Amino acid sequence: MQIEKKEFKPTIVAFCCNWCSYAGADLAGTNRLNYPADVKIIRVPCSCRVNPMFILRAFQRGADGVILCGCHPGDCHYTTGNYYARRRMTLLFSMLDFLGIERGRTRVEWVSAAEGAKFAQTMNEFVETIISLGENKRLEDLRCKK
Amino acid sequence: MQKIGVFVCWCGSNIAGTVDVHAVAETLKKEPGVVFSTDYQYMCSEAGQNLIKDSIKEYGLTGVVICSCSPRMHENTFRKAAQSVGLNPYMVEVANIREQCSWIHKDMATATEKAVILGRAAIAKVHLNAPLTAGESPVVKRALVIGGGIAGIQTALDIAEAGFEVDIVEKSPTIGGKMAQIDKTFPTLDCAACILTPKMVEAAQQEKIKIYSYSEVDEVKGFVGNFSVKIRRKARYVNEDICTGCGVCTEKCPQKKVPNEFNLGMDNRRAIYIPFAQAVPKVATIDPNYCTMLKTGKCGVCSKVCTAKAIDYTQKDEFVEAQYGAIVVATGFNPISLEKYDEFAYSQSPDVVTSLEYERLMNAAGPTSGTLLRPSDLTHPKTIVFVQCVGSRCDGGDKGKPYCSKVCCMYTAKHAMLTREKYPDTDVYVFYIDVRTPGKNFDEFYRRAVEDYGVHYIKGMVGKVVPQDGKLKVQASDLLSNEQLHIDADMVVLAAAIEPDKTARPLATMLTASMDTNDFFTEAHPKLRPVESPTAGVFLSGMCQGPKDIPETVSQASAAAAKVIGLLAKDKLTCNPCVAHSDEQLCNGCSSCEKVCPYGAITYQDKEFRMPNRTVAVRRVASVNPAVCQGCGACTVACPSGAMDLNGFSNRQIMAEVDAICK
Repeated sequence: MQIEKKEFKPTIVAFCCNWCSYAGADLAGTNRLNYPADVKIIRVPCSCRVNPMFILRAFQRGADGVILCGCHPGDCHYTTGNYYARRRMTLLFSMLDFLGIERGRTRVEWVSAAEGAKFAQTMNEFVETIISLGENKRLEDLRCKK
Repeated sequence: MQKIGVFVCWCGSNIAGTVDVHAVAETLKKEPGVVFSTDYQYMCSEAGQNLIKDSIKEYGLTGVVICSCSPRMHENTFRKAAQSVGLNPYMVEVANIREQCSWIHKDMATATEKAVILGRAAIAKVHLNAPLTAGESPVVKRALVIGGGIAGIQTALDIAEAGFEVDIVEKSPTIGGKMAQIDKTFPTLDCAACILTPKMVEAAQQEKIKIYSYSEVDEVKGFVGNFSVKIRRKARYVNEDICTGCGVCTEKCPQKKVPNEFNLGMDNRRAIYIPFAQAVPKVATIDPNYCTMLKTGKCGVCSKVCTAKAIDYTQKDEFVEAQYGAIVVATGFNPISLEKYDEFAYSQSPDVVTSLEYERLMNAAGPTSGTLLRPSDLTHPKTIVFVQCVGSRCDGGDKGKPYCSKVCCMYTAKHAMLTREKYPDTDVYVFYIDVRTPGKNFDEFYRRAVEDYGVHYIKGMVGKVVPQDGKLKVQASDLLSNEQLHIDADMVVLAAAIEPDKTARPLATMLTASMDTNDFFTEAHPKLRPVESPTAGVFLSGMCQGPKDIPETVSQASAAAAKVIGLLAKDKLTCNPCVAHSDEQLCNGCSSCEKVCPYGAITYQDKEFRMPNRTVAVRRVASVNPAVCQGCGACTVACPSGAMDLNGFSNRQIMAEVDAICK
């Protein structure tokens, strides 16, 4: 019996705030800056809209990495949203350690609407990290697999 | 179950080039709830929109997914199309398969696969969409212009012309800005003051315009149509309403050694001063850093000589709170500090000047009354070297700016030309990297400087300037002849890069308007919405958005005014219905949401709830004011009981998207 070795294609969810990072992602597209297709973006009004539950849900459903992008500190469209996001994620990420899931699978990045290049670069780096970490098996709930 | 229609756009070859649009439409057809799926060349075209409208009617669609460009681009277009045939506009979702798929991936198979997943996520979301109705909010019919330079003045005049009230807030004692310091303008060589000062006077006389000079914006609250702004009127220790601007105090003040900002510190003014003769408002201002009376309590000369009795040493900063429907940012620019450019000996020799200082040296109201003299020994310079791109077009490092400052080539040509015209015995050298003169009559102007006025243009950069024996030894390279040049110059003029004013960054934070990495304000769309900030109700005028010359600044100022007039002409604005709402059954009144709300949109009230056994319980529950809520969603995450949710981006919707992506 021969087992075919498949190339690891990670599933990566990127939450992007509507005002900065989503626009930054659009700019990356307009400038034709490549990053892997493994990254799928979900648009949220602000990084503070991202409930830690969404991130756990993604891991449970088999995501290999989750990244949250928002406006630079001080530049939030809603003044303070990204500060909340930063605190919440710090707390969540420290708890992920206790769950036994690698810290590197999560990340918070600030990308402004003018930073298309930074967006693409961030995604390239993140995908690389995830590929080196391999498949997420620890938090994946097998009941979610059909 | 929703009846969903999927529309995949080719966007010509923009999407269809890398995504198999037909396959996407076919695959998505198999998704639950999808009753119709198709692809078309241009969904945003009239035919494309009609296709959507007809399908909504024919299949009785309750939800629409459009796989096309970014929702930031055409979401509104498609929502309007849906609305026109009776479908609630918030039942439309856009899957971004252009900017975030076809444009960044080259491989057809992967791009198509990703497009399908993005489409699936949008379908999963639409399943949970609910019709939303937008509320309305009133518009305060008054605009605020921040910055009183030529950009701010022009914007204010145009808005006032249309019949709306405008306030100008200017941080210095007079309006006029940088243009007031300029001697001549290119390419017509008009006298800058002669074209600016009538506009300043017009602004002062226009009944609809109120000028807050020597004032700053301290706080901005609210949102489009209803901003509440706190303006700090700095104490000028002179009663503005009484002062006649006679100027006697500015002649009698014994404190004579105050660097004059208007002439960039090249001469002195008194501690009580009027910036320049044509200042508007023409009112004296006391500089508290230098006034002997304010510092030691002993002097009072100005108060004695003032016949109008306008001096008031006890004046304090005052605050004005006002409401505005729109805010225009016109904060302008400054030349960069040259402290990192020691090779040009700017800090070592007074004869090395910036172009703006040179402008003052040429000006009749300047420190030398318009005669070109070396600042060090007040002799006529015989050899002048101009260095362009000082700090502009610097790649990498934190020394200079990566962008082209745009105006330097033209004003250097102007300076060179005017110098040669006034003093034909002067040798003028201009060192340049490239000469960039696009614009009406600009290149002709530059060629005149070279051909008719005999200015020596040399391609190359100056490496070092060394002050020696009263001369400036300039070492430079001529890139065309590949020679090293040594010039003994009397003066060196540096075309310093321009940067946004330092007040722009804190202002952007107050306005929650976004900026680029160089601190220029970002426009809502670089091509199609160049005078609007992405923050609704905030508009951009002049250099705060990017380097530009006076004609461009004036055009942009008028364009911003047109946009403001368009906004103020409306009686009501449609609110964003994607706001938070609280489920009273789940809310336990803990106040977590109230604490994180940046707008104070959440209040609490006691409500009666029917309990089992016919009892009634009174509980404290949160309620959201939809007119104030801006829909950030901070409260939704803070809520421990899951009562708070956001319309349009609900917990279930986002989770459905997560599930669809991770499947």
